[in-house]
Amino acid sequence: MRIEISLQDGVPIYRQIVNQVKYLIASGQLDAGEELPPIRTLAEQLLVTPNTIVKAYGAMESEGLVYKRHGAGTYVADMKSPLARKEQKKILAQRADALLAEASQLNFTFDEVLDLLRNRHTALNKSISKESNNARKHG
Amino acid sequence: MPENMVEVHQLSRQFGTTRALDGLSLEVQPGLVYGLVGANGQGKTTLIKHLLGLLRAKQGSVRVFGMDPVKHPVNVLQRVGYLSEERDLPEWMRIDELLRYTAAYHPKWDQSYADELLETFGLDKARKIKELSKGMRAQAGLIAAAAHRPELLLLDEPSTGLDAVVRKDILNVIIRTVADEGRAAIFSSHLLDEVEQMSDYVFMIDQGKLVLRGNLDKIKEQHHLLSVRFATSQETLPPIDDVLSAEQHGKTWSIVCNGATQKVRESLGEIGGEVTQTRNASLQEIFVARVGRNSLSLEE
Repeated sequence: MRIEISLQDGVPIYRQIVNQVKYLIASGQLDAGEELPPIRTLAEQLLVTPNTIVKAYGAMESEGLVYKRHGAGTYVADMKSPLARKEQKKILAQRADALLAEASQLNFTFDEVLDLLRNRHTALNKSISKESNNARKHG
Repeated sequence: MPENMVEVHQLSRQFGTTRALDGLSLEVQPGLVYGLVGANGQGKTTLIKHLLGLLRAKQGSVRVFGMDPVKHPVNVLQRVGYLSEERDLPEWMRIDELLRYTAAYHPKWDQSYADELLETFGLDKARKIKELSKGMRAQAGLIAAAAHRPELLLLDEPSTGLDAVVRKDILNVIIRTVADEGRAAIFSSHLLDEVEQMSDYVFMIDQGKLVLRGNLDKIKEQHHLLSVRFATSQETLPPIDDVLSAEQHGKTWSIVCNGATQKVRESLGEIGGEVTQTRNASLQEIFVARVGRNSLSLEE
């Protein structure tokens, strides 16, 4: 699992791990049912404290991204199950509320926010397809 | 809540006219990695020496596993692994002799762990300490500190002067130590990047005082870096509550503040400043804002 930690922008490390795993799942580089590395293994790989990984996996679990098997590892959740879908929608709704609140505070109109979303969507799709092309070349 | 492994209460220490420690209090709990940050000469080593019982608490108190380390050195030191900044190892010994000698003092010595670390580090145990490079000395000292499976691992500036490979070995031993239940590690460092990456909890020490302590993620979430643009160039900024530092780059100012940013935004708005960017501050930025020193490594 390729994750890179950056200390440049002040984002807590566990949050960076959550965001990058989300991206790995969204871009199809991690499949449903796939096992994530054990806590100590990932801690040693990234050179972060085991607690950071525990916190990241915990946050992913409460966001429905992964599930834990009793006494075993942490696995990528099947995002298509209705329950996961409902949880995901809840998360997105919270994000949308935060975005709309911040937009209004910064005096952006709703239409401007929609335009922004559309632009970001296009940019993100471009970078994902570029990435998967690269992966194919090097794979 | 788990019991504290370390309790330091109102510890002060004076060397001549220098106040090395000034009313410092802290606690350490099992399961966490603690980063002790501060420039050189601010009291980090003096604090660690008190924890080891190498210095007696003259003012205030020190308890490690509930005991005074000066009165109960054997009981305390059997449960503590320590790597000093100077890595003062017996020069005449070979590595295997050093490890046997250390094992003799530690009933819980784990030789298979020591052998595993020797192999991971690629150390030849027949070599004499005095022939070792700086990195190899650190590795040998680290095995001696960690192979008795201490409950508390204390590393004083473990990375100073070492290359990335050996630093990684050291950080991995910290990770393996705290991954075992009921253990904690404290490492002092002036390398803020390393502390930001490898700590659960931070003690920031300056002039013998704790200027900031807390869970690292919380500290980062509470400190923000704002970019503020003014219509006209400002000579200075008036004092604003919760603003720790302000630095000018032309018409834009970089401001580090603590707590909710809403009030700071309003105060800046009143003097014509518009916040153009907000993000969490890095530990380096927080340190500079709190302690006002730009480079930690200058004083080496």
